[in-house]
This record gives sequence, C-alpha cells and structure tokens, in this order.
Amino acid sequence: MTDKSILVDLYTRTLKIRLFEEKVWELFGQNLVPGTLHLYLGQEAVAAGVTAALSQSDLIQSTHRGHGHVIAKGADMSAALAELLGKRTGSCKGKGGSMHITQFDVGVLGATGVVASGLPIAVGAALSCQMRKTNQVVACFFGDGASNNGTFGESLNMSAIWRLPVIWVVENNLYAMGTPIKLMCPSLTIAQRADGYCIPNVVVDGMNALAVYEAAVVAVDRARRGEGPTLIECQTYRMKGHSRFDAAKYRPKEEADYWLSKDAVETIKKIAVEQAALSEKEADKIRKTLQKEVDAAAEFAIKSEQPQPDEVFDDVYAEVS
Amino acid sequence: MTEMTYRDALRAGLREEMLRDNRVFLLGEDIGRNWGGAFSVTKGLAEEFGDDRVRDTPISENTIVGAAVGAAITGLLPVAEIMFGDLIALAMDQVCNQAAKMRYMFGGQTSVPLVVRTVFGGGKNIASHHSQSLEAWFMHTPGLKVAVPAFASDVKGLIKAAIRDPNPVMFFEHKLVYDKKEEVPDGDYVIPLGEAKVRREGTDVTVWGTFMMVHKALAVAQELAKEGISVEVIDPRTLVPLDKKTLIDSVKKTGRLVLVTEETKTGATTAEVAAVVQEEAFDWLDAPIKRVNAPDTPVPFAPSLENRFIPDEKRITEAIREVLK
Ligand SMILES: Cc1ncc(C[n+]2csc(CCOP(=O)(O)OP(=O)(O)O)c2C)c(N)n1
Repeated sequence: MTDKSILVDLYTRTLKIRLFEEKVWELFGQNLVPGTLHLYLGQEAVAAGVTAALSQSDLIQSTHRGHGHVIAKGADMSAALAELLGKRTGSCKGKGGSMHITQFDVGVLGATGVVASGLPIAVGAALSCQMRKTNQVVACFFGDGASNNGTFGESLNMSAIWRLPVIWVVENNLYAMGTPIKLMCPSLTIAQRADGYCIPNVVVDGMNALAVYEAAVVAVDRARRGEGPTLIECQTYRMKGHSRFDAAKYRPKEEADYWLSKDAVETIKKIAVEQAALSEKEADKIRKTLQKEVDAAAEFAIKSEQPQPDEVFDDVYAEVS
Repeated sequence: MTEMTYRDALRAGLREEMLRDNRVFLLGEDIGRNWGGAFSVTKGLAEEFGDDRVRDTPISENTIVGAAVGAAITGLLPVAEIMFGDLIALAMDQVCNQAAKMRYMFGGQTSVPLVVRTVFGGGKNIASHHSQSLEAWFMHTPGLKVAVPAFASDVKGLIKAAIRDPNPVMFFEHKLVYDKKEEVPDGDYVIPLGEAKVRREGTDVTVWGTFMMVHKALAVAQELAKEGISVEVIDPRTLVPLDKKTLIDSVKKTGRLVLVTEETKTGATTAEVAAVVQEEAFDWLDAPIKRVNAPDTPVPFAPSLENRFIPDEKRITEAIREVLK
C-alpha cells in the first residue's frame, strides 16, 4: 500500500498539468498565444511523479516542452499563462514565452529551446549543490531525441565521474518531431545508454505517475546519499502533435489508440481510488478547485498588458554593484 | 609594484579571488596538479586550493561551459577554461545561447556570473585549429562582456573585475603575451571593464588595437617618433563594454585613425570600431580610417605563411604613413 497522501498528491499534480494544458490549447484556439507551442498533454505523469519525489528546495532543468515541468514544480499558473500570452506580468516578463517558461524561485533553472542544452547546466547545478553541501538534488528532463545529442554523453559522463546529485529523466514519447525513435536509436531502450557511463538506470511506465514517483524516490535517495546520478527512462506519449500545426499524421492509428488509452490522469485516479486514497467525490472536488484556479489564471493573463516596446532594452546585463 | 610576467599576474589575480571568496572555482581540461593548464596559468593552484576548486574536466567543451552556467545560476562563481580559443566553437551553444541570453530570456530572474578564459592568436606555428582570433563572434553577442587584456599590468585587475562581474565575461588572452613582463601593482585592485587605456600619448594619429598589435604599435610609435611623427596608442582592454569615449576623444585630437588586430579582416572588431567612429566623429576625421588585419584565410602553418598572415610592424607603419599623407 502506498501512502495515501502521496496518491492524492500525484493525482492533483497530474490533473493540474492536464487542466493547465487544456486551457493553453483553448487560448491557442482563440489565437491568444503568439508563436509556437509544444504541449505537454499526455506526458503529465512524468513531471508529476518526478517532482512529487523532490522537496521544494530541489531543482529542475526543463526543455522546450516545459509547461508541465514548471507547473508540477509549483510555478504560479497566472504568471505562467501570462508568459505564454506574451504579457509583461509573465514569469519572464514576456521575454521567454512557451519554450523558455521558467520560475527560478520555485527551483526551475530554465527551460531551453535548444534540444539537449539543459543537460550541461544540470551538471553545473548539481556540482554546485555538491560543492556547497546543500543536500539538494537536480532533476533534468529531456526527450528521446535529445539523447542523440553530444551533450548527453558529455553530461552523463561528468555526472558519473563526480557522483553528482542529478537525476536524468528521459521522456521517451517515441518521436522527435516526426522521427520515430526506432530509426534513430540502435538499442531497445535509451536507458541502456547509461550503462556505458556506469549510471544505474531503469525504464518505467511514463503514463503511470506512481511508477514514475517510485523510481524517482529511489534515485533521489541515492543522490542525497552522495551515490551519484540515476537515469530514468519514462515511456510516454504526447496526446497532440509536436508543435503548433502538427496533426501527428505520421503516427500509426493502432499505436496512437494504444497509448492514448493509457491516459495519465485516469491511470493515477484509478490507482488512488482502488487504494482508497480518494473517493470519486473527492476527486471531483479537486478537479473543480483546480479548474477554478486555472480559469482565474487565464483571466489574469488575458487582462494583462503586453510589455511596453522600450522594455526590449531591459535585463540584457545585470548591474555591477 | 613588482615586475612579473602576464602569466604570473593573471595567476595572482585568480589566486587572490579564490582566497577572497570561496565561491570562486576553476574548471577546465588539464588545469589541475598534473599539468597546471596548457599555458601554465593555473600551475600550483590545485596544490593550494584542492582538486575540487581547481577541477580537471573531461574533454567536453560544451559541457564545461554549461556546467559553469549551471554553477553560476546556483550560487558559485566559476571560471571555466577552454584550452585553445578555436575549441570554443564546440561550446558556442552554452556561451551564446545559454550564458548570454539567460538573464534576458527569463526576464531578469537570474544572472550568470561566470568567466570563460581562453587563448587566441598565432605566432607559434600550430596552424588553423590552434591559432585563430575570434573576438568578433562574442562582441556580436548581446549579453556577454568581452575582455582582451594585452599587458601584465592590466590582466590582474581585469580578471578580478571579470570574476566580480554578475554577467558572463569572455576573458581572452594571447599566446604571445604570457611571457611579457611589466611592473604590476601589488595588492587588491580592480580595473573596471569598459575603460580603455592610452598606452602612449600622441598628436598626429591614433592607433587602436588589441593584444600583440598594441605591443607592435608601441614599437612602431617609438620608431616614428624619431621622424617627428607623434602616434597615440589606445588599448581598449575590453571590447564589451567598448570605451568609445577614449577613442573618440583621441580621434578628435589627432584627426586620423588606424585600427589593427590579428583577426581576419571581414567582420572583425575593427570593422565595428570603424563604424562607431564614422557615426560619432566623422567631422573630425582628416583622412579615411585605415584597417590593418589578417587576410581572410584560415591561419597557415609554415613560418613564411604565418608571418605573412599576422600583421607586422611594417604593415602598421605603412598604414600610419598612408593616413598621414
Ligand atoms: C539542438 C536542436 N536541434 C533541433 C531543434 C529543433 N527541434 C525542436 S524539438 C525537436 C525534437 C525533440 O525531440 P525530443 O528530444 O524527443 O523531445 P520531444 O519534442 O519529443 O519532447 C527538434 C528537432 C532544436 N530546437 N534544437
């Protein structure tokens, strides 16, 4: 039996991302979101499971598909939505948008538009935690596609030789844009690649927040004990296409049907209900509360102003004290 | 004041900052106790501060700089070393996409107080992969500061300023200046980034240049003085921020300008500086601005070729005579 409060927590985190992303999709449909978008819909269990295993002071490094990571880590939904709408009240004052959505004061060290460029930064953050003896852990999210970039090898290697408190979280959603993983990776799993760096690794069901959480707890404990990095490959699937106008036609119907039936929100809700951590009524109440929060955040974001044109000059350099 | 080499002054600056603030640490390839850096800049520091704070890394340039970024945004003051400047091409993502943009892209939520040290320049017959001068790449990237100290008397104060600066600072050295000796002020002092130095005063023509070219320009100025030609030599010391005022004031005084760096000519920092002077001091110019640079070729190997590649005293002298015509 799993601790009941954890199941409620996992359900809440998973659902919160889902409702946030559905709202983003809705706002996008109303043409309120400039630029492009990489939705996290479908992959919610990964961010929920990993962040639930972290404490508040722990750190995460995110990707171009970062909405779910930052929301799960506790980012302010109003500031996050305002950022996606390019408003000055956004967490990055309208300078970052979807691909750079970040809130430092809840432990998000950045989302990046350059695939795989977050891994070296996670190495440095984990090194800093180790050198400053803060007992913090850094979780670094990246995709299956990112694991083909050179920084993957460089960063795993450095994290292993220095036994850094970092958790490498691969979100294997089977595609990098339209390229299927099996054409780009000779091994059956991404996790196997970590063997070459002597990094303990595991493959988990990335549609099941509890499974992700349990793997992450092991990894976090190992990191905090000073035993170094772990790689967790979460096998998951995106509900939508890669980005703004991608209908994901390249995905075979049987494959999509199979994965989309493994709904992340329904999966964790079912487990929580079965283990008597949650009643249908309580689940419904949580949903209503979260929906209200999301609606209020959207209202705030829509009402906010765009930055003044001359704010283009702000924040290039920090003042020398 | 103590006479010492550029290398020793630089090491003294690094050492003093490591003593002053235990958040400062060094990372790079072969910088630790077995070697002390390819140019011996960090020799002895690992013995004094330990292998954690003078940290040997694998040969992973992009991740060396990225790790410095991650450490910088979480409370440390990293100084990353890239063994040869040409190899910074491998770290361009972390330098130009991450370090330079993070503060801006995240709306001022963080700053990135890191220093990337590397060495540029030819003169050692080691050809195209170990000899370039790439300052302009970084001058063209908003969010970075760029230091180009050419003298022992400057390098210590500038490395201290770079380490204390809350922004990413690209700190460029030159292979041939490491052994140059000068009187260096003792004790703790900082030379602010963005202040040029008039290395020699003159009234007939201004020569602005970097690294070895300042040394060569000074030698030329001394020769030409015998003919009664008075050359003012300006060493910018940093390219970002660029001290426009010292340069413009000098041009207003002399009315003539020669720009000289070891970079290949097209798109070099000299092109930017010429444009600045054209915008801000055109009316004071008595002759067209003259640029002296390397030709637009990769750096060659053979001594005869490399000597033709790197601007020499003769070319600088010719340029000066031309603008004085
Ligand atoms: C270094 C780099 N190359 C290419 C791109 C363009 N691009 C953006 S997302 C993407 C696919 C990434 O796939 P993956 O890492 O699996 O993440 P996912 O989108 O599946 O979450 C590509 C090629 C980029 N942003 N950065």
